[in-house]
Amino acid sequence: MTQPVANCPNCGAKIVFRWSSSVQTVCEFCKSILVRTDVDLKKVGQVADLPPDSSPIQINTEGKYGNKAFVVVGRILYEYDQGGWNEWHVMMNDGTSAWLSDAQSEYALSLSSKAQNLPAAALVHVGQEFTWNNQPYTVSVITPAHYRGVEGELPFQYWDKTDVTFVDLRSESRKLATLDYSDPEPALYLGEFVEFDDLKLRNLRSFEGW
Amino acid sequence: MSASTPPLSGPPKPQAKALNCPKCGAAIVLRSFGQAETVVCASCHCILDAKDPNLAILQQFEIKTSDIKPLIPLGTRGKLRGTDYEVIGFQRRSTQVDGITYRWHEYVLFNPYKGIRYLSEYNGHWNDISICKMLPMSEGASANYLGEIYKHFQTCDASTDFVLGEFPWQVRVGKHAGVADFVNPPRILSSEKMANEVTWSIGEYMYGREIWEAFKLPGAPPEAMGVYENQPSPVTTNVTGMWVAFAAFAMLLLALMAGFDMRAKKEPVLHETFHWERAKVAGETSLVTDVFELKGRPSTVEVKTWAPVSNEWIYLNYALINQDTGQAWDFGREVSYYSGYDSDGSWSEGSRNDSVVIPSVPSGHYYFRIEPEVDPAVPAIAYSVAVTRDVPVFGIYGIAFLALLVPVVIISFRAYTFERSRWSESDHPPMQFSSSSGDDE
Repeated sequence: MTQPVANCPNCGAKIVFRWSSSVQTVCEFCKSILVRTDVDLKKVGQVADLPPDSSPIQINTEGKYGNKAFVVVGRILYEYDQGGWNEWHVMMNDGTSAWLSDAQSEYALSLSSKAQNLPAAALVHVGQEFTWNNQPYTVSVITPAHYRGVEGELPFQYWDKTDVTFVDLRSESRKLATLDYSDPEPALYLGEFVEFDDLKLRNLRSFEGW
Repeated sequence: MSASTPPLSGPPKPQAKALNCPKCGAAIVLRSFGQAETVVCASCHCILDAKDPNLAILQQFEIKTSDIKPLIPLGTRGKLRGTDYEVIGFQRRSTQVDGITYRWHEYVLFNPYKGIRYLSEYNGHWNDISICKMLPMSEGASANYLGEIYKHFQTCDASTDFVLGEFPWQVRVGKHAGVADFVNPPRILSSEKMANEVTWSIGEYMYGREIWEAFKLPGAPPEAMGVYENQPSPVTTNVTGMWVAFAAFAMLLLALMAGFDMRAKKEPVLHETFHWERAKVAGETSLVTDVFELKGRPSTVEVKTWAPVSNEWIYLNYALINQDTGQAWDFGREVSYYSGYDSDGSWSEGSRNDSVVIPSVPSGHYYFRIEPEVDPAVPAIAYSVAVTRDVPVFGIYGIAFLALLVPVVIISFRAYTFERSRWSESDHPPMQFSSSSGDDE
């Protein structure tokens, strides 16, 4: 597979896109947030150093979801009043992109989904029920989160955020849904909880003493 | 990948952080690589903000007793269900029921890859607990989780009394939560309601010795007292299944009895009536019957004696003698019948009929020698002897039936009493013994 290659407009380091559809990446050296245009990369911002976090996952961690292999290419880090969590952007070997969220070692894999008439943030309350793709979901928690930083490649531009509201929905099965109010238009992600062991992760971080 | 770019130094390996308490200066170790929200100073009992590099003080609590010690010390590692976990936090919680305070302990366990799980301990009973990933369905007095039904056990208000170490949530002493427990031994499903958030967790009963083994703790675990909510019954047998099996076996016994009864020839070989008169018998009291033939395979021989006694007895000394070999079977039978009236009404005792079965008598020519002894009150009596070959014997079935019934009843009773003790501690105690209910099965 040929990977698109460019140079960082800020420091000149080589930027390799692992995923051809990436819209945004972060230079590994100078932490510039780079957005792809038709011709080259444009620096749109700079990431401050991400806070030390406890996720065992890192960029380039590989794993399996069902019969598909994936590699972690990017992430968005959020914080809320009870801690932080990572949304790892993973690239499946069939070219699709998905999100592996890691909230205090609780893992879920979600895909961006289309649905009509997503509710406005102000109209959602805990306990409310929604049905998407014939699957009923119940709103379990509404989290006012704070965008903390990005790393690696993302399928969209995401860098100038501050406060973001997330609505988590659960079901009677492993299936879950998330409403993301980062943008004026709400975005829906449908996915399921996954077991750490089932992901068969490799290239994990190592922890001192473990 | 990007072979031409120089290797990145990468982020440093996360290490357990050593800090100092801003209040008293004691050393504080953060073991969870940033997963903790709060950490408690072990020496001055300040609750500190684990996310703050300066460990801002969030709460300080007074402890009245200094003897609250976790049974598993913080920092201890153990292998639980195949995964290494380190104890990073400990809290004591309590609830008041009818003026009595019940206290239990919770341990926070951490693995950097698998995350957080919990252990709870109450009076020597342990549970291995993790947060539910799926949403249980509450259905009135029960809850459904992953297709299994959990029965409501109790609802209480739990407050935190004492904390130590790290917690992945904002822990505070004095904080209350509404806890509801649903059980399906050995599992327990609990919901914990704090403010607007409801957290469900699923636990599985563990024995103290399993905990001691997992964490390689010295000494012996505290003995478990009483029966815990989700403690598995020592009666591992499925009681209903056992009764079904018992019924099947009883049917089989009946079928066998019917089969043997049909197969038995029940061949009459002798029927004689003897007249006995005290006046006629002198020194010689015994008599012999006609000779009869037993054919075929060795078989049972039933000897029936009938005598029209009334408040009298007659005792017959029998000898079944093989005419060809001289082999003899000696036995005695009493026929007696008493009846009368007393303050309780009429009564009777004994019978005019007697029957005995001699097992496995080989074929051949036989006769009986009979020596009667008669109640001195009887001057004369006619008694008859009927002999039948190859009769079915059912006594063994009765013994087999009882041999099976007794353990089934004992096991059922043990299961019943265990469930009674379990549910007597719940919000739904079973009724008294006198009025049994289906509540506790």
